[in-house]
Amino acid sequence: MRLPKFEYLGPKTVQEACSLLAQHGDKAKVMAGGTDVLNVMKERKIRPEYLIGLRAISDLSYIKADADGIKIGALTTLTDLANSAVVKEKFPCLAEVPMKMATVQIRNMGTIGGNLCNAAPSADTAPILICLGAKAKIAGPKGERVVALEDFFTGPGKTVLGKGELLVEIQVPNQPAKTAGAYLKMSRVSVDLAIVGVGVVVTREGDSCKDIKITLGAVAPTPIRAKKAEAVVKGKKIDDALLEEAGKIASQEAKPIDDVRGSAFYRTEIVKVYTKRAIKQAMEQAK
Amino acid sequence: MKRLIHLKVNGEPYEVAIHPYRTLAEVLREELDLIGTKEACKQGDCGSCTVIMDGKTVTSCLTLAVEAEGREIRTIEGEAKNGKLSPVQQAFVDHGAIQCGYCTPGMVMSATALLEQNPKPTEHDVRMGIAGNICRCTGYTKIVEAILALAEGGKK
Repeated sequence: MRLPKFEYLGPKTVQEACSLLAQHGDKAKVMAGGTDVLNVMKERKIRPEYLIGLRAISDLSYIKADADGIKIGALTTLTDLANSAVVKEKFPCLAEVPMKMATVQIRNMGTIGGNLCNAAPSADTAPILICLGAKAKIAGPKGERVVALEDFFTGPGKTVLGKGELLVEIQVPNQPAKTAGAYLKMSRVSVDLAIVGVGVVVTREGDSCKDIKITLGAVAPTPIRAKKAEAVVKGKKIDDALLEEAGKIASQEAKPIDDVRGSAFYRTEIVKVYTKRAIKQAMEQAK
Repeated sequence: MKRLIHLKVNGEPYEVAIHPYRTLAEVLREELDLIGTKEACKQGDCGSCTVIMDGKTVTSCLTLAVEAEGREIRTIEGEAKNGKLSPVQQAFVDHGAIQCGYCTPGMVMSATALLEQNPKPTEHDVRMGIAGNICRCTGYTKIVEAILALAEGGKK
């Protein structure tokens, strides 16, 4: 299918992009890698008058380490995220996520910022980032603000980004010692969208789980924390009965829908199993 | 409004006036007459429109031509040099890795980029490397064999 007609705007700086966004409002759509936006335009689900392509903003593609953790530019491609030596070293569970997404070509084009701003409930980069306590730096007409990524999503395709605002950076804080994570994705093949995604990050103390965060993808309007399941596990010695219980509670926190990829019932059952497995895997990694 | 863009395709410079809503695949095929690059799904799933842009494979059906301005693009037409097939193309021929041929240009570009980035891929690497290219004849085994033959030192 061909694209509908639009005018292309290619700002060279974040400031310029924000002012174009503020100026054109709902008539404009922002595009990073284009792998989501161009498809929905081809399907005529959206027909923006102006497409604001961010490709010319070269200084939004970076991964920097500092004393607090790492900072990832919003235009960093999924390939660059997967290949980053510093991400592999500091957050191996995050470096593994892109390899569970899409195809080589799409990972070469798609960006971390685009995956988050597309705000699909199934966004694969979201669960682990939320578990790691990542923050989103947003630029806008009134300057910059930083929000917890957990609070970034407001519904399917919807985020806290206001008029003229642009996601510019993801900040991932350093984690305590003996902390590790796992992201498990259920899909027909890894190229597909997640039917269920479960992200877990644990801090281990002996055989106990000192701290834990669980985030579920594709089972609610946004990625959601399974806080009741976290409470079941936190501070306890991990055994099979406890994992079973955590999985059950997490599946009760999920609010999935039926769609072409899976039924709500199936998703609920998978949350049960994957929560259990993800905690187990993260605990192994955190040794 | 049409824009004048400059593309470098297979080492050749092109200047073309196009609307911003044209994809790179459309411009390659319809403006530059480089019809070796195929289009099938047109939504980035099948990989038949795969080209190499600045060293990395992309689906040209989801790439705006205006965003390819100033970039180095390689298509299947540039792979054979002086009438001689590239090692990847020759391996596909030698291993019978071509059935109807529609996926072949994209498959060759993905295989070429894979071997350039990872000259000794394992079978798993190869299968992951071509995961974005669908062969609806389902002739994957021979394609994987062809790429692995090069990976093992063969003719590469």
